Formats: sequence, C-alpha cells, structure tokens
Amino acid sequence: MAISIQEAVPTGPVPDDPPRSRRGGRGRAVVEVVLLAALAIAMLFPVLWILETSIKENRDVYAVPAKFFGFRVTLDHFKDAFVAAGGGRSDLSVAFLNSVIVAGGSTALATLFGVPAAWAYSRFDLRAKKDQLFFILSTRFMPPVVVVIPVFLMYRQLGLINTKLGLVLIYAAFNVSFTIWMMKGFVDEVPSEYEDAAMLDGYTRFQAFRRFTLPLLVPGIAATAVFALIFSWNEFVFAIFLTSSQDVRTAPPAIAGLIGGTTVDWGLVAASATVFAIPVLVFAFLVRKHLVAGVTLGAVRR
Amino acid sequence: MSTTTDHPVQEASSTPPAPGRSRPLSDRGLAVAFISPAMLLLLAMSVFPLLWALYLSFTDYSATRDVPANFVGLQNYIDILTSAQVHQRALTTLIYVIGAVTLQTVLGFAIAYLISRRTHGRGVLTTLFLVPMMLSPVVVGLFWRFMLDAQFGVINSMLGSLGFGQVEWLTRQRTALLSLIVVDTWQWTPFIMLIALAGLTAVPKYLYEAASIDRASEWFRFRNITLPLVWPLLLIAVMFRAIEAFRLFDLVYILTSGGPGVSTETLSFHVYKVAFLGFNTGVASAYGILMVLVVIVLAQLYLRYLNKLKEG
Repeated sequence: MAISIQEAVPTGPVPDDPPRSRRGGRGRAVVEVVLLAALAIAMLFPVLWILETSIKENRDVYAVPAKFFGFRVTLDHFKDAFVAAGGGRSDLSVAFLNSVIVAGGSTALATLFGVPAAWAYSRFDLRAKKDQLFFILSTRFMPPVVVVIPVFLMYRQLGLINTKLGLVLIYAAFNVSFTIWMMKGFVDEVPSEYEDAAMLDGYTRFQAFRRFTLPLLVPGIAATAVFALIFSWNEFVFAIFLTSSQDVRTAPPAIAGLIGGTTVDWGLVAASATVFAIPVLVFAFLVRKHLVAGVTLGAVRR
Repeated sequence: MSTTTDHPVQEASSTPPAPGRSRPLSDRGLAVAFISPAMLLLLAMSVFPLLWALYLSFTDYSATRDVPANFVGLQNYIDILTSAQVHQRALTTLIYVIGAVTLQTVLGFAIAYLISRRTHGRGVLTTLFLVPMMLSPVVVGLFWRFMLDAQFGVINSMLGSLGFGQVEWLTRQRTALLSLIVVDTWQWTPFIMLIALAGLTAVPKYLYEAASIDRASEWFRFRNITLPLVWPLLLIAVMFRAIEAFRLFDLVYILTSGGPGVSTETLSFHVYKVAFLGFNTGVASAYGILMVLVVIVLAQLYLRYLNKLKEG
C-alpha cells in the first residue's frame, strides 16, 4: 500500500512538461481517472457484496433480481455466527478461538526459531550458505496438498491427527522458512559494526546480539510475525485434512463446512467471512510498509 | 558506541585476549545453536515427510489397507507419466496457470501504471486495490460461488438487467475453468500491481526529465525507460504467481471441486483425489514427488532471477 507515498517520490514519476499537459493532457487524465475508478469498482464490488449480504435479511439475500439498495438491515447473521441456535457458543465461535490459538502458537514458535537463525545466516560465513537458504525457501514453496499426504501418515503414527498441536507444528514449519528469509533482510540492514564495537567492550557475541541488535530488530520482528499470523489464519489445506472434530477445527474449514448441506445460509456465510477477514485486513494495514517484502517471502524489498 | 571505538586499545587491554582466541569457535557454536532449532523443525515437518513420500512412491501402499507395502519399483512413476488422465490434468493446469497469470500481469501492471500517474490519493487507492489479496482463498472461493450462482447470483442478475441470458458459470465445462481463472485473477491482480508499483516508483525521475527535454514521445518513454526498468521486478512477481498458481488447491476445492466432470481438475486437485478419495497412497506419493520436482525447478529459476536482480 504505502511503499510509494510514504517513502518514495511525492509527485508522479512522469512530470509532464507544461505545454504538453495543457494540450491533450486534460482529456487523457480524465480517461485515466475514469478507467481507474472502473477498475477499483470491479475489484471492490465483491468485497462490498459480502458486507451487504451479511446484513441483509434472508428474503433479500435470495432476491431476484439482486437488491443493491433498499433492503432491511439486520445483524441476525452475525449473532448466528457466534451464538448457537439453543443459546451458548456456536461451533463457529469455537473455530474462531481455535484459529486464534493455532495462529498465535505457530507464529510464536516460528519467530522464536526463525529470528536467531536469520541473524546467524546474516552474520556468519557458513558452509554452503546459499544452498541452505535455497533449501529453506523451497520448503515454503512445497504444494500443501502433496506435503499433507506423508504428514497425514506421520501424524497418524504420532497421534497428532486432529490436534491443535499438529496444526501448530506444521504451520510453524511453513512460517519458519518465511521468517528466516524475511528477517534476514532486516538483520542485513543493521550494521554488524554495532556488534563488533560491543564485543570490543567485552560483551560476548551472544550478548552483543541480545543487547544491541535485537532491540533494533523489534519492528521487523513485529512485521514478520504479522505476516506469519496472516498465513496461519488463512490456511485451509492442512486444516481440512489434518483435523476433523468441531472442537479442534480452525475457522477456514468451519466456514467452508457451512456450504456442505443441501441449503446454504449465505447470510451466515457472509457474516462469518466478514468476521474472519476483518482481523487480517487490520493487520495487513498495520504492516503496509513491508507488504512488498512480506508477500514475496522477503525476497523483494525496496 | 562511538566512545568505545575511540579507545579500542584501552578496551582490548582491559579485557584479556581470551575472547580473541575462543571467538571463531564460539561463533560457530553460536551459529549452530541458532540455526539448528529452525533446521530441525524443517527437517521433521518437511524433509522427513517428503523422504517418506519418496519411499512410498516406490510401493503400492494404501493408507486404508493394513497390508504391508510391496515394492513396485518405478511402476507408479511410469503409470503417472503415461496416463492420459494425468496429461489432461496437466493441460488443465497449464491453461489455468497461463490464463490466470497473464491476465493478472496485464491488469496488475495497468492498474499500477495508472496509479503511478496520479499525484493525489495514491495511498488510499493502493490500499483499496489490495484488499482481495489479503482475503483467505476460502472466503474468496465461497463468495464467488455465491455471486456466480446461476439462480440468485448477483453476476447473472446484473447480466439479466443488461438483457443477457443466464449463464451457468460453475456447472458448464467451458465456463467453469474460465470462472476459476477470473476468480484467481480477481484475487491476485493486486499482487502484481503492488510489485509493479514498487518498480514504477523506483524509476529515477531524471530519466523522464531527460526524455522530456529530448521531446521523446510518451510511448517512447514507456517503451525505453519504464518497461526495461520495471521488467525484472515484474518477472519476479510473475514467476512467484506461477508457482503459487501451480500448487493452488483450496480455490478449486471450494469453487468447483474439480467439476463439472473433470474440467477444472488441476494437478493439485487430482493428487488429492488419488490420495484421499482413492487411497492409492503409493501412486499419490509418486505424483506428489513429481510435482515437488516441478516446484523445485521453478523455485530455482525464481531464485536465480532474484539474485540477478540484486546484483544488477
């Protein structure tokens, strides 16, 4: 989002020279704005449609032709998402809670393991460092549906099938490779001279890392952790194959399960999708500066 | 810290030479201690399972039968590589990957270009455009399924008011794959846009100024300044998307479940059917290993371009 506006050039990269923009420039600018607006509407319409459906009464949800305006607003779908029919917590709210636990746990684990490793890869000359880093990245690219076959068998042996711990571990593995790649970039930006200077002061290498480098890395760690959280929160393939019972399932398979029956309550689907998506959008907004690095696994940074 | 560098000799003498001798060793020890937990996690959760899959790929093992696995050599691989079914899935995957990634690249770059030419509201615009990308494929798949519904879907409703007939988007062979491509494009165009925008804003302004002085045409500027400078970054984004599209599973699962017939069954989805519906674990493992090889080759290419970009 903000890579351009906040850090880079404040004006457009194409400064039209005055005579040119006086002539055909105005008409062209109008065309461009109209085009951009049309594209923005096309991209945002589905999002607005989810929001609208989530607050419509069922009658209006299935109205033909579709009602864009003038429907009755209701919050029943949101209530249904959290409260079970007979009172008490709904299956979905349990799933949301599971998602929080699994995403939080796997992110904590990945950060704990990934940050020191990233620092070591950045600072030391290790044997076959490039190969090691490539290996780490390639684990992140594995097709989940392929990895899940042996992991399923492995978990069956270890009794990790249908447990939150199982999900935490597999997400942590996927996130740790991301964390290493992302954090290595942040560590590279901190001059190693700081540590050298601290070591001349008599600190050990470890103390130098802990007391001087680590505090400087906190913003980077926070951004990296947020991306790991988003990944775990949104993940679906492992969740659906490795868990089955209501009390372990995370939100994505639970929401997908809403369309299993013969009739689908689309209002409820919309409401739960909205509740599910809002934290992600908020978090993504918080890390908007690092978005380019985050979505390319830390590979591209500007 | 600046004070310490002023008196290096003094400091060094106050802490005896011991660190100097033990440092190389302790550095190595520290590196091992810092890297091994992460490596162990990856070995346990990623390498070990894949090695197991490699072993199973040479057997006729089935996860539901209690019979021990028989060694069948390369038979599974031969079966897969010569299977007409697999060829068809590969073709479907290829059409899907090329179609989706091409559309995303064209649209994403166009949007980025248009945004980069605005002076006001760039931040807001970019933020809005990025929303689809952050959503879970589950949410995206479910919602498009609702919008594309033949009876009460909003897309058909809009087409109807324009005078078109109803289209059965997800239940007709031709349109189902098209729908899949459109939905994936909707979700991932922002990704290309984001990276293209990063490239576009990094083009040094003086190049355009020089071109203006030379009275170079708009097209000339685009063709000879913008494109060559943004292209390497764009290529990274495209390759990244291609890998992701190749391994895509969740969107297919939710949107069409491979149907109607097998018209939207990609390789990922087919692996799932072989492994979890047919329980031919051995065959599925061989299939998976082949897909992993493809991913590794693609990732290697990706990384090579990335290194080139960093050095250049």
